[in-house]
Amino acid sequence: MSEETLRIPTMAELSAEGKSPEILFWVGCAGSYDDRYKAVTRAMIRILNKANINFAVLGTEESCTGDPARRAGDEFTFQMQAAMNIEVLNNYNIKNIVTACPHCFNTLKNEYPELGGNYDVIHHSTYLQKLINEGKVKFGGGEFKGKRITYHDSCYLGRANDIYEAPREVLEKLDAELVEMKRCKSKGLCCGAGGAQMFKDAEKGKKEVNIERAEEAVAVRPDYVAVGCPFCMTMMGDGIKHFNKEKEIKVLDLSEFIVGAQDL
Amino acid sequence: MLFVTALLVTAGVIFSRYKYIRRNIELGKSWKGEHNPAERLRLMILIAFGQKKMFARPFVGLMHFVIYAGFLLINIEILEIVIDGITGHHRIFAPLFGATIYQILIGFFELLALGVLTTCIIFLIRRNIVKVERFDKPEMKGWAHLDANLILIFEIVLMFFLFTMNATDSILQMRATDLVNNMDAAHYKVFENTPVRFLVSQALIPLYDGLTTTQLVLLERAAWWFHIVGIMGFAIYVTYSKHLHIFLAFPNVYFTRLQPKGEMNNMPSITKEVKITMGMEEPAADAGMEDEIPSFGAKDVTDLTWRNILDAYTCTQCGRCTDVCPANMTGKKLSPRKIVMNVRQRADEIGQRMDEMGEYYKPDDKMLYGDYVTKEELMACTSCNACVEACPVNINPLEPILEMRRYVAMEEADVPDAWKAMLTNVGNNGAPWAFAPTERFKWADEMKNQ
Repeated sequence: MSEETLRIPTMAELSAEGKSPEILFWVGCAGSYDDRYKAVTRAMIRILNKANINFAVLGTEESCTGDPARRAGDEFTFQMQAAMNIEVLNNYNIKNIVTACPHCFNTLKNEYPELGGNYDVIHHSTYLQKLINEGKVKFGGGEFKGKRITYHDSCYLGRANDIYEAPREVLEKLDAELVEMKRCKSKGLCCGAGGAQMFKDAEKGKKEVNIERAEEAVAVRPDYVAVGCPFCMTMMGDGIKHFNKEKEIKVLDLSEFIVGAQDL
Repeated sequence: MLFVTALLVTAGVIFSRYKYIRRNIELGKSWKGEHNPAERLRLMILIAFGQKKMFARPFVGLMHFVIYAGFLLINIEILEIVIDGITGHHRIFAPLFGATIYQILIGFFELLALGVLTTCIIFLIRRNIVKVERFDKPEMKGWAHLDANLILIFEIVLMFFLFTMNATDSILQMRATDLVNNMDAAHYKVFENTPVRFLVSQALIPLYDGLTTTQLVLLERAAWWFHIVGIMGFAIYVTYSKHLHIFLAFPNVYFTRLQPKGEMNNMPSITKEVKITMGMEEPAADAGMEDEIPSFGAKDVTDLTWRNILDAYTCTQCGRCTDVCPANMTGKKLSPRKIVMNVRQRADEIGQRMDEMGEYYKPDDKMLYGDYVTKEELMACTSCNACVEACPVNINPLEPILEMRRYVAMEEADVPDAWKAMLTNVGNNGAPWAFAPTERFKWADEMKNQ
């Protein structure tokens, strides 16, 4: 895709033109600032462009949903964030939100309504599955054909919101071999970063949670560990590195598989 | 007469225990779940009655089901025993069904009883010899360990009396014509000339056959009394034990939190404060000094909801929550089961103090957080919901953990330093990391300039 045609419209721009997008792509803090995870944002932008979706982002008007603050117990900081975000979203009359972050997804979908923010919020796994089913995104196996992929369920997508199948269905399209870890789906093991753990050292123990989980991933000898969450991506990546397997086992987000297969 | 008295005393004790536990549960704050009786009923039938979640571990699930089915169905036999006890009859259901059917029916109950007996022995072995890891955690020392064993031994003894009662009865029926005492003769001549043997207990007949008829009558009566008084005792014991789950599992599953598991409960008092801060709402005109400042989060059980306390009384300490807890399995101090057990301990402590002090009741200076639960435990939770998912009776250990975290963060303002930094970043920069908000859209420029 040539660079001139790559669209990254902001809500402010669209609004100035009197237009409204079909969906708002909620980038999230990791998607905006984390060097590794910015690749997921780029992948999403490429997919949205390729599928010709009428979307927009908030750009600098976006702010943390407040998820880590609420989980750390600081309800005041959470609600301040929520109130500000809701004001922005409601001002733009946003109806549909797509986000790649399960924590943003959970908060926007389940926790904002009570504070006055009612949106149809979709995690990118479900959204990508929808685009594939509608034929808007097409890809074959590409470099992933015949490779072993194991999907790591993130707690905030799986147990928290009962989304287990959509990510797997996206991966099935890659013509790869999907292998499950011992603990998967509703019994999946946390990467160790939820509940604001991402932002502090773990309490004293005999092991880090992400090491325990990476050990399980390594055990199924995958070529790729698929994730659908920025925290899971960091934790699984570090875990795989801990076992010196980063050369053999790559950690990729669902959207990166599509971009890779499609060679976008 | 003696029997009726025993029955009434049992009923009285159980009723007072019921009132005590109910009052303790009501120490909690109000809770109003989503109004959806159809869904709640569905869950109760599936999960409490149907034991659905127990089968997540098929082998143990099956063994538990044997005890459960045994418990449910043997109650029919207990009903007969109770009616016999009140009316002075012997095997009052026998003439109702006829010898053959009655024999098959009791034989079936005996089969269940044998299943219960066998399973209880396996469970004793699992707990004490094989030492299943989740039964061996620090919170399972002392009373929790003893309680579990007592229940299993209790059940084994009860089943033994049941078999003894039936075996001696079979022999007595065969000897009914030899019985000198007319009253005894009438008593054990239930089936006229077709004395019955029961499926399992007949194996015990050789054991007792050598006894004289008088000894047998004595033994049969003794076994009958021990069995039924044992059951009454068990019923009372249960109200003090972790075994309360046999009753509370039903209401507890009925009152399941129906929202998505990831949704944390809102705090409306803070919503109001935030709106005032943002100038979206005026402070209430009558907001005077006399208004009590609300406290945030939970420091004691009285800050939790009654549903959290019901959860705690329902917990049978099986430890499936702790077994799947990522913090616990990596050696951190947090154990969801311990938190739930602490809630019950603390509610019991307050309840007992209330009963002892009556109208002069004054709270003690202990608290759930601090005296039972430490900050270290609370901070280790990843809020992954594995514990919530794992509980066979839909207990939610996560809610009290997060409520106590709220206390730590908002009342003590004493979260770990890294969190303090994160919270400052979220508040000031709109991101958990220390990046300038103006840099938030830099990725787009980077992408366009690639």
